[in-house]
Amino acid sequence: MDRQGNTYTFLYASVMVIVVAAILAFLAQSLKPFQDENAAVAKKMDILKSVQIESTAADAEEKYENYIGENAFVINVNGEKVEGDAFTVDMAKEVKKTGLDRAYPIYMCKLDNGQTKYIIPLRGKGLWGPIWGYVSLDEDKNTVYGATFGHKGETPGLGAEITTDMFQKPFTGKQLFDQSGAFSSIEVVKKGQSQGDLHKVDGISGGTITSVGVGTMLKDCLTGYEKFLKN
Amino acid sequence: MSSEKEALFSAKNLKLITTPLGAQNPITIQVLGICSALAVTVKLEPAIVLSISVTFVTVFSNLIISLLRNTIPSRIRIIVQLVVVASLVIIVDQVLKAFAYEVSLQLSVFVGLIITNCIIMGRLEAFALGNKPWPSVLDGIGNGAGYGFILIVVAFFRELLGTGFLTLPGIGAMQIIPDVFYEWGYANNGFMILPPMALVVVGIIIWVQRSRNKDLIES
Repeated sequence: MDRQGNTYTFLYASVMVIVVAAILAFLAQSLKPFQDENAAVAKKMDILKSVQIESTAADAEEKYENYIGENAFVINVNGEKVEGDAFTVDMAKEVKKTGLDRAYPIYMCKLDNGQTKYIIPLRGKGLWGPIWGYVSLDEDKNTVYGATFGHKGETPGLGAEITTDMFQKPFTGKQLFDQSGAFSSIEVVKKGQSQGDLHKVDGISGGTITSVGVGTMLKDCLTGYEKFLKN
Repeated sequence: MSSEKEALFSAKNLKLITTPLGAQNPITIQVLGICSALAVTVKLEPAIVLSISVTFVTVFSNLIISLLRNTIPSRIRIIVQLVVVASLVIIVDQVLKAFAYEVSLQLSVFVGLIITNCIIMGRLEAFALGNKPWPSVLDGIGNGAGYGFILIVVAFFRELLGTGFLTLPGIGAMQIIPDVFYEWGYANNGFMILPPMALVVVGIIIWVQRSRNKDLIES
């Protein structure tokens, strides 16, 4: 067959694509269990980090059992416990539902000093893709104890800075409810404008859309917990 | 084609490995693949992992393209090369996600960007399309190693001077500069962590290399 002809070229391209697709599909399927396992460990590390417990991939499992273990449950918008395993709730699916139908996972963590913290998972949109995080609250269910954020593909050096301590640390001590007891969430504002405000934190210069995304995510995900948090 | 068989590691073949390490180094001489050299050299560990990944991709893409070289229709050869490189990169990405999850998070987009690393396509076009599989494999090892070598040297200095630590795969962070030094007034150079210093370190390597080997100096 003429190696430079159209027929040969088309055939060559088609066969190549099918072969490559088959190889990659097989590989992706066979590696999936390992990847899921890693993702679960990473999730536990994230959850622990929101209550300021540092862990590594090796001891995350053990520490999670220690501090949280079975103390995780799912509630509905009225603050009542419902069936379900908090850890396996797929937040990506939940945030697409309306606030009334969502499952709201919550993790209770007993720290070494006897304090109980409430950890709430978050999920929202950044600039390029999904962002997520965990925010932990003190026993008063109002004051933020810690927050941690992750992202799929925000710009390194700009939006991706939401994963740094510099961005996350200021959340500690902020409050979800204002003095009259109304839910006000925490807003991410332009750098330097958050001083002294209990409901605002500094955003990232150059990462405005991601910063605002974090604020929107907090509001969107925390609103449904209002009844639970007020009890 | 000559009928006599060439030894696997003949002088000519070994040269394929050694020249990219020195006189034909992809980063310092050909100035290819600079972007990733700047981005992942903050710590030693991701630099080592990326070096291994790139070497894997250069070796196997060279091998596959060399095996296919007589069948590839010349009009779509770039596309064929891209498909091969992209598939190998996806394999690397998936394997890292399964077995080196944290490193894969650190490398994030840079694993995917191996596809666009000019070294790989450059070697496919310049070497694998016109040579037999074995020399192509050696050429891949040489260029991957030449790239990785520079990456590791740069990362070594940046992490050591920037943080006082060195991170190795499987071992984790080790403090290299003892606490006593800090008590005596030594301070980490935070500037080393920032991207511009990667460029400066690469520049210093290029300078040292050219001052030792005058042949490399362009007139």
